[in-house]
Amino acid sequence: MLPIFIIVPLACAFLIPVISKIRRDFAPLFANLCGITLLFFSLNSISWLKGGLKVYYLGGWRPPFGICMVLDGLTVLMLLVVNLIGCLSLIYSIGYIKRYTAPQLYYTLFSLLLAGLNGVVISGDLFNLFVFLEITSIASYALVAFGTEAEELEAAFKYLVLGSVASTIILLGIGILLGNVSTLNMADISRSINLSTSGNLISYALALFTMGFGLKIALVPFHAWLPDAHPAAPAPMSAMLSGVVIKTIGVYALIRLVFNVIGFKPVVSLIFIWLGIISMSIGVLLAIGQWDFKRLLAYHSISQIGYVIFAIGLGTPLGISGGLLHLFNHSLFKSLLFLNAGSVEYATGTRDLGKLGGLTKEMPVTSNTCLVASLSIAGIPPLCGFWSKLIIIIAAFQAHNTAGGTACIFVALITLASFLRCRNMPLSAGLKRPSLA
Amino acid sequence: MSLYFLCLVLFSLGIWCLLIKKNLIKKIVGLGITEYAINLFFILLGYRVDGEAPILDKYNPITNFVDPLPQALILTSIVIGLGITALMVAITIRLYEKYRTFDINEIHRLRG
Amino acid sequence: MKERGMSLIVKRITKITVSLIFLFGVYILLHGHLTPGGGFAGGVIIALSFIHLVLAFGKESALRRLSEAAVSVIESCGGLMFWGIALLGFMGGYFFLNVLPKGRPFDLFSSGIIMLCNIAIFLKVGAGLFSIFIALAIFRMPSEDKREND
Repeated sequence: MLPIFIIVPLACAFLIPVISKIRRDFAPLFANLCGITLLFFSLNSISWLKGGLKVYYLGGWRPPFGICMVLDGLTVLMLLVVNLIGCLSLIYSIGYIKRYTAPQLYYTLFSLLLAGLNGVVISGDLFNLFVFLEITSIASYALVAFGTEAEELEAAFKYLVLGSVASTIILLGIGILLGNVSTLNMADISRSINLSTSGNLISYALALFTMGFGLKIALVPFHAWLPDAHPAAPAPMSAMLSGVVIKTIGVYALIRLVFNVIGFKPVVSLIFIWLGIISMSIGVLLAIGQWDFKRLLAYHSISQIGYVIFAIGLGTPLGISGGLLHLFNHSLFKSLLFLNAGSVEYATGTRDLGKLGGLTKEMPVTSNTCLVASLSIAGIPPLCGFWSKLIIIIAAFQAHNTAGGTACIFVALITLASFLRCRNMPLSAGLKRPSLA
Repeated sequence: MSLYFLCLVLFSLGIWCLLIKKNLIKKIVGLGITEYAINLFFILLGYRVDGEAPILDKYNPITNFVDPLPQALILTSIVIGLGITALMVAITIRLYEKYRTFDINEIHRLRG
Repeated sequence: MKERGMSLIVKRITKITVSLIFLFGVYILLHGHLTPGGGFAGGVIIALSFIHLVLAFGKESALRRLSEAAVSVIESCGGLMFWGIALLGFMGGYFFLNVLPKGRPFDLFSSGIIMLCNIAIFLKVGAGLFSIFIALAIFRMPSEDKREND
């Protein structure tokens, strides 16, 4: 039953150009049906896991000759993240995309994006993962450029070039790994690496993967595309980019490669911890001086993903579970914040925090959900962000990593300060009154 | 061994072109060189000494042929490269329409 | 009225070579399971025959034979055909299972679904490449339109 996650969105993506020539309204209907079906199946997949790991052989060919799809615990978590945020973004875009001139193109690209994301998550074969990663990336480049205004095209070009270089570096890493073990099945590669002795080439491949996937995750030396691409995309696509795409083709693929295929070495742990600490700090320090609502949220994405990478780099069971819980929570509250920013922009026509204000009476739903999401990302109990940050800080101190733990607490305080300003300016009552467009 | 090294030299040339050249079209060419260098690297991985082309023939059975798996992977990679080049060219044409220049130093409205 | 396209020699040669290119593309497509090539290479060559027409005669001649809406529908049908073939295997057991009869090796009609998959890929790739070319060729900037109208 595993290929259903690829069958449904691919059918939707191929059918929408044909059907929307008959009636334009069918495209959102089809896409939302697809989203709800995927959400239903991903909630069902929790029960498929009862008998242990599930493997599906494509075409009946047994591994290592054939491609296979694997369902395990991490896969189920990522399927939930992808399909939940995808379904909700599709429902949001029914109203939002009417402003643009070609909504059926948007739904086609979005379905391709969902197909690629689901494919990355359930793939058990290294090159299959790469192919679905490319499908996702190309769909997201086209979606970022969707509005075809000047700034969106510039952001999309920057994202395209950096993303393509990242994919090329990942392909080079896959090539070096293939040349070493001559098989592409992930389980088979991990078995061969444990038996082989050529450590240097595997370390080189690992360095290339860190660079390539680090570009996709937007860790700090590689983050230059993210503050431009996230504000420029249409709001549901920003929510998907920041909440799902970074995590699936970046963090999930990196976890699979480092923990399941190559094996977790102490040097990898050190690199992840330091990349995480640097991303956390620089992300939040750059976010303080921002006056554009969506650009501020994009910089906070860099910082929160730094938390996840730091926690995974710790390597202890508490650290890894804290990191995965923060991944899930971040996708929830960050996509909510981006959808709120989209609503505010749709209603007032501006994203500038200096010009917004006094919207609580006119937009009560947006204001309350923005309040909940801001408190959650800042780490206020009893909302979800507090628990995941607490687990990460406790895991850091348990692993005797006091530098990291102190950095986590410090960054959480600065995040709180930044979101207090963000909460007060647009959504408090009684300050400036912008014109509601 | 030196052939693998030459492929990596070609890859670095592509990245250098992507970094240094200011014209957008030259950057597209640089990215193309980078992608084709990786494709060459993959095909070199499949080389076996004294191997022939991996095409089965009814009348002359061959036993020593090069590895066909990287060749199949590269077909996929070439198609992906084609898609990315097409998307890049389309975005570049629209960028020229909005900014009236191909120079990357002029296309710099997003800051901070 | 302005003479569109290229010179007379190019137009005469094009009338002969377009059909030859198309035939060669169909040959590479159908023998995809026996010789190198297959769906993608065949699709590119067949799209090239249409692009050859556009380059020699101007875009109206190719768009008269195959309008943009028709190209979009052909592309989607190619994708749906591939999806349908994979779904046939899904009903039969595994996704992409080879359910059609496989004849003797080296025959033209052997190897089950591979020939149908090649045809589906050709439809999608050929139509896609042609529509990319047409989209880039008919893009008109606002200043160029003004200059033509003067």
